[in-house]
Amino acid sequence: MRLPGFFLSGVNRRAACYVAYVMSSTTDAVIAANRFGLGAKPGELLALAGGARDALDAQLQAPVPQPAGTLKSSAQIVTAIADARRQQRQARQAGATPDVVAAALNLGKVMRPLYVADCVARLQLAVTSERSFIERLVHFWSNHFAVSVDKLQVLGLAGAMEREAIRPHVLGNFAQMLQAVEQHPAMLLYLDNVASTGPQSIAAQRLRRRAAARVPGLNENLGREILELHTLGVDGGYSQHDVTTLAAMITGWSVEGGDGVLADGETGRFRFREALHEPGSKTLLGRAYTQDGIEQGQRALRDLALHPRTAHHLATKLVRHFAGDEPPPSVVQRVAAAYLKADGDLPATYRALLGCHEVWEPQLSKFKTPADYIHSIWRALALPVADNARALAPFDQLGQRMFAPGSPAGWPDVSAGWDGSSALLKRIELTHGIAQRTASRFDALALADASLGSNLTSATRTAIARAQDGVQGITLLFASPEFMRR
Amino acid sequence: MTQLTRRDLLKHAAAAAAVTTGGLLLPQRMAFAAVGQGDARLVMIVLRGALDGLSVVPPVGDPAYAALRRQIAMPPAGSEGGVLPLDATFGLHPSLSFLAESWQAQQLTVLHAVATPYRERSHFDGQDVLESGHLRAHAAQTGWLNRALMQLPGPRQRDAGIALGANIPLLMRGPAAVASWSPSKLAQLDDDTLQRIGDLYASDGLLSRRLADALSADAIAKQAQAEDVDTQAMAGPGLRGAAAQYTETVQAAAGFLRRPDGPRVAVFDTTGWDTHANEGAAQGQLAQRLKALDGGLRTLRDSLGPVWQHTAVLVVTEFGRTAAINGTGGTDHGTGAAAFLLGGAVRGGRILANWPGLSASALYEGRDLRPTTDLRSVFKTVLRDHLAVPQRHIESQVFPDSKAAPYVADLMRNASA
Repeated sequence: MRLPGFFLSGVNRRAACYVAYVMSSTTDAVIAANRFGLGAKPGELLALAGGARDALDAQLQAPVPQPAGTLKSSAQIVTAIADARRQQRQARQAGATPDVVAAALNLGKVMRPLYVADCVARLQLAVTSERSFIERLVHFWSNHFAVSVDKLQVLGLAGAMEREAIRPHVLGNFAQMLQAVEQHPAMLLYLDNVASTGPQSIAAQRLRRRAAARVPGLNENLGREILELHTLGVDGGYSQHDVTTLAAMITGWSVEGGDGVLADGETGRFRFREALHEPGSKTLLGRAYTQDGIEQGQRALRDLALHPRTAHHLATKLVRHFAGDEPPPSVVQRVAAAYLKADGDLPATYRALLGCHEVWEPQLSKFKTPADYIHSIWRALALPVADNARALAPFDQLGQRMFAPGSPAGWPDVSAGWDGSSALLKRIELTHGIAQRTASRFDALALADASLGSNLTSATRTAIARAQDGVQGITLLFASPEFMRR
Repeated sequence: MTQLTRRDLLKHAAAAAAVTTGGLLLPQRMAFAAVGQGDARLVMIVLRGALDGLSVVPPVGDPAYAALRRQIAMPPAGSEGGVLPLDATFGLHPSLSFLAESWQAQQLTVLHAVATPYRERSHFDGQDVLESGHLRAHAAQTGWLNRALMQLPGPRQRDAGIALGANIPLLMRGPAAVASWSPSKLAQLDDDTLQRIGDLYASDGLLSRRLADALSADAIAKQAQAEDVDTQAMAGPGLRGAAAQYTETVQAAAGFLRRPDGPRVAVFDTTGWDTHANEGAAQGQLAQRLKALDGGLRTLRDSLGPVWQHTAVLVVTEFGRTAAINGTGGTDHGTGAAAFLLGGAVRGGRILANWPGLSASALYEGRDLRPTTDLRSVFKTVLRDHLAVPQRHIESQVFPDSKAAPYVADLMRNASA
């Protein structure tokens, strides 16, 4: 902010300092609510103006909230799946026609209401939260450990995984989050680890002795994604041998109450199946692991969590998420160093990020994802969230169906993944529809000030002021370049 | 304020953009790549979810086929619900009447027992390999078709492609600028509001460019739809929901491609091919989808008019399905797949299949159709012989590490290389 020269002379010097202070504190408030949060609710910018950086830090000091409502645990959900399977088996044994047998296993019908309930509760929290930085972090880690509900098996489980394995550790330690996620039924099912079997395991040897037609074997899916996506990163210096080894280390990491040979147990919880586990010591990334059973994989995950390449990978993603598509290497380095110094403690890592002056530059460096575009509109207008699937329609419309990134790599986190021409038009259309429904209740200019604060440009202010009616004014606000970005 | 028509708006936006630095001009934006009417066009349709090649191009003459497929085995030609005959071994699913006509007209090449280098059975990784053109999943953030667009000969090659859909699939992501289009309710937005948004974006390079792209694509699509009234009548009344949207997408693709100043390459995808249960045979779930796909291809041919002569359409999927029926009347993820190459530019009427057979010992890992042809061979040949992408660029930029995938002779009618 450049101030006119006369401001700095004589008695006005103190006034100049005050203006500069007010300017920076309001800029901080907008950055805290917009860049680090899910967008300002009415009154939020004013409340933050007293000390936005302290307010963000304070958000890190209370437990992570859980979504409200009676949501089912993953154990209950997996049990429901197992029940559906059992009914199907019974139908088959009773000699039902193939159509009836297939209909008995209508996973979608069992799972969709659970999916909708979880998504609506999550949206409700995102839209109303007073600590939306925490919700951003939850969404970030959920996307880091993405399971995608286009694999029907996890349709009802994705939300449960976020509640059970992500939220409890977002303000804890990454190493523990990693263990919790890799032992969660959603991840084990999504990346096909439940039946992964060691070639020398008890089960495989038994089948070979019986000369069985098919002897199950290793599934590398989860082992590979742990290395490539969850910890070291694709350029993290591991080999195919490491992939196979880690997959072997986590053989037997399974879920109770599955199908066929996995049918024992009922509760749908994580279960280590000794019989499927590949015995013996193994060497991962040049380090020997001599532990037996489940401990071997757990020890490997602990080491992976605190590996310098993991620190670099996580820091790069965090900085890209909050500070710009091209994360400045110096910031990444500082955040990674803080992560390692604190042995994977996440609040210490976030504080390192918040302590970098680069992330407090007012320049808008990120194009909002469709989800956060929606969240910020709902927050700006304090719109209610419908208690049914209709609440999720805008996410479908803008191409970011909740928990459905389509791949374990998660949603893209750069502008190029979201700024297609048709995608922009969809945002404008959505905005226009919302404006038509809400305009009578709002003053567009006051709304612009309350949600964008010092980000509101004079061009947008003028455009809103000159709008022919409230619908157009609100459409212009939400379509404006500064509302599309953070 | 005077009433602006959409046309006025486009003109006005262009004029406004002409005096700004970042803005791109609408009429100029409409001039995608300045191709001639006779230049080659390519349409790629990605069928997500793993199309069951053994039902779509059933090997009814293979001695193991009927026993493997049991109640979903397609009956031989001539019997009730029988296949449309191709040769002694293969037929076409009876829902594919347009493809059968294309076969008769020697405008369809059937590809069978094909696969990308991917050998696991995960949809997302399979699609990633199919679209990135690399040997393994997540190896790149760009798609091979986008990289190929960068290497198209001639001037202004950078705007040669369009993706039908809100977001751009990996296949079309990368350094080449690609517009996207999907059916919209833009009509609900008045021109005045659009104009004001355009003005608001005047000093924002990215957004003004995107909005101009979107409006020009929308204008072309509207125009194409207006010209397609006859085609719509042919497609039949009563189309609703997904089917109507699909027809709209196909017509839009044709509308873009047939313009002399339009893009040369269009991409879209359809989902729902993951037939784990109740797949059906001549009738049923898969038959319904195939009928819609076939109808869409017919609409594409009709809508393209004379441009069809210069068009190649590739219909591909990430991998095939198990050789045997599973316990729920469907099939599970497999390996070897079927694909189609059709269009006026295709030297068709043949099956490209080094058929491995379906005997127990021939199956891949004891369960899947064994792939014998690398799908990249087909892609590379279409790029070289149809779009005239220089071979050295194909090898270095588009499909690195693809020496194992040789070019296919005589795939196209007028090889331009």
